[in-house]
Amino acid sequence: MDKKYTNTQLEAIALNVREHIVRMSTDGGCFTGASLSAVDLIVYLYTNFLNVNADNLDDPNRDYLFLSKGHDVPALYGTFAELGLMDKSRLQNHLSINDHIYWHPNTHIPGIEFHSGSLGHLPSVAIGVALDIKLRNGSNKVVCILGDGELNEGTCWEAVLVANAYKLDNLIFVVDRNHFQANVRTEDLIPLEPLADKFEAFGAVVKRINGHDFSQLHEAFSAFPFQKEKLNVVIADTVRGKGLPSIQERADRWFCNFSAGEVEQLLLELHGNHQTELTSETLIVR
Amino acid sequence: MTYEELLTQMSLADERIVVMTAENRALVRNLPGILGKRFIDTGITEQTMVGAAAGLALRGRTPIVHALASFLTMRAFEFVRTDAGIPDLPVKLSGFIPGFLSDGNGPTHQAIEDISIMRGIPNVNVFAPADEDDLVKMLPTIWNAKSPAYTRINTRKTDHEHAPFEWGKAEVVAEGKDVTILTYGLLFEQALVSVEILKNEGLSVGLINMRSLKPVDEQAILSATESGLVVTLEDHFVTGGLYSIVAEVLLKHRRTANVLPIALNNRWFKPGLLPAVLQYEGFTGKQIAEKILGYQTSHQQGEILINEFSE
Repeated sequence: MDKKYTNTQLEAIALNVREHIVRMSTDGGCFTGASLSAVDLIVYLYTNFLNVNADNLDDPNRDYLFLSKGHDVPALYGTFAELGLMDKSRLQNHLSINDHIYWHPNTHIPGIEFHSGSLGHLPSVAIGVALDIKLRNGSNKVVCILGDGELNEGTCWEAVLVANAYKLDNLIFVVDRNHFQANVRTEDLIPLEPLADKFEAFGAVVKRINGHDFSQLHEAFSAFPFQKEKLNVVIADTVRGKGLPSIQERADRWFCNFSAGEVEQLLLELHGNHQTELTSETLIVR
Repeated sequence: MTYEELLTQMSLADERIVVMTAENRALVRNLPGILGKRFIDTGITEQTMVGAAAGLALRGRTPIVHALASFLTMRAFEFVRTDAGIPDLPVKLSGFIPGFLSDGNGPTHQAIEDISIMRGIPNVNVFAPADEDDLVKMLPTIWNAKSPAYTRINTRKTDHEHAPFEWGKAEVVAEGKDVTILTYGLLFEQALVSVEILKNEGLSVGLINMRSLKPVDEQAILSATESGLVVTLEDHFVTGGLYSIVAEVLLKHRRTANVLPIALNNRWFKPGLLPAVLQYEGFTGKQIAEKILGYQTSHQQGEILINEFSE
């Protein structure tokens, strides 16, 4: 598969998306850490993998991306803004009662295929779409991004069982494996490892990669479909808060509502060695 | 006293209590350290958590179970009904950010049918405190009872000091000849504003905090019908909540009344920060009063505090 965007271009887009996320992390805030872990993954998928653009959003032959994790939607808003699916100025409406840019995805935003926020729903919805594509002999790809904490929900595993039963090789479950769920490390609460073995035992073909490395993302997704009649699973190891050392892998920085001053410092931090002194409240739970 | 302080005090005094959460720790931040193995976080598994709570209750425990209200009442609905409701086990559900309190999360997180579905389960009792003072006053009774219960958690503060809680009793805050507002939960604080505006407009106004929605205080509802207009005010779908409860009670007693329901009509509310949501949806104290009056007034709506959960 040819690369439409080079790694250097992807890195530039991802940095812009991270800036958008930081700017949304104030005046009510958002799930900053969980969004930053998913940025590179989402940017890669919409640039070099999915056949989705501003002109084909209603085309039944387009590819589908379902954001099941949901609270990482600022990464999606930012990616849409950078790729021309959404007007950049609309990002300033985050949490405005007069727009639909809030903490979870919704279909008032063109390009968002389905609403989410309650975990473990979209693997099932993605199965329905993938089943219909099979029924119609279509060649569209269906991607569903899951959080690792989300894998606690039993419906995720029911979906893997069903996808295996119906041989859905047009479906890819991508796990944003940032090793945290809300305020604790996954392995300290409901351990998931060995995660690849679990999916494989359920009949999927698994690729495990560094979810911030565009070369590895390219290598993994270029191999789609991984094997005929098998569900594809990509476990993307990521870092919660990636790009901002001051919140990276901090249990108490899940939902962030920074002050305006902190936002200015964090924007500098994204670009280099600036260290931000954070004084805003931690552990805000939504 | 806060929710967490009360829970700590009661758990330490009563070995039967176990505190459970589906990884929603906002209200129980310090409990793991205090309770040790009697604190059980099952991860994001509302169904398994409620089933496990039933198992613990079978063994004589009183599980106090936490999750966001939408997922606790809807994701785990059948587990509540089948595993706690059918055997009548003392599983105590604490639903976090119900109603408008889910502010900017969107429809997935909006528990605005919770009263309806929880009260539909035999044996399950339903409570909705007006504020933190009301919450802390009602919980000891709820948690000490033998039956399963759902409490719509509301930790906001108002200036109102509530009467002691009585099982199945409403709190009659004021009686009035012209209008009586029946409400519960978060909107109590807006109802207090409405009452002041209506009084300034010359009306005799009653206010009842319904707090115990199942069992419900039928007498309080019947006496409210003695005023010219009964208003049911709730951050809930108009179907199945307080308006329905009032209709059921009136019909049962062969009574009629002029009833104005102020509720969410067959759609989810617009997400945003709480003060903007109330304004947009028409639930500020001033808007409620003007809906009752049928005309605009020059009264000022005071500041509505944002919804903060920080530990």
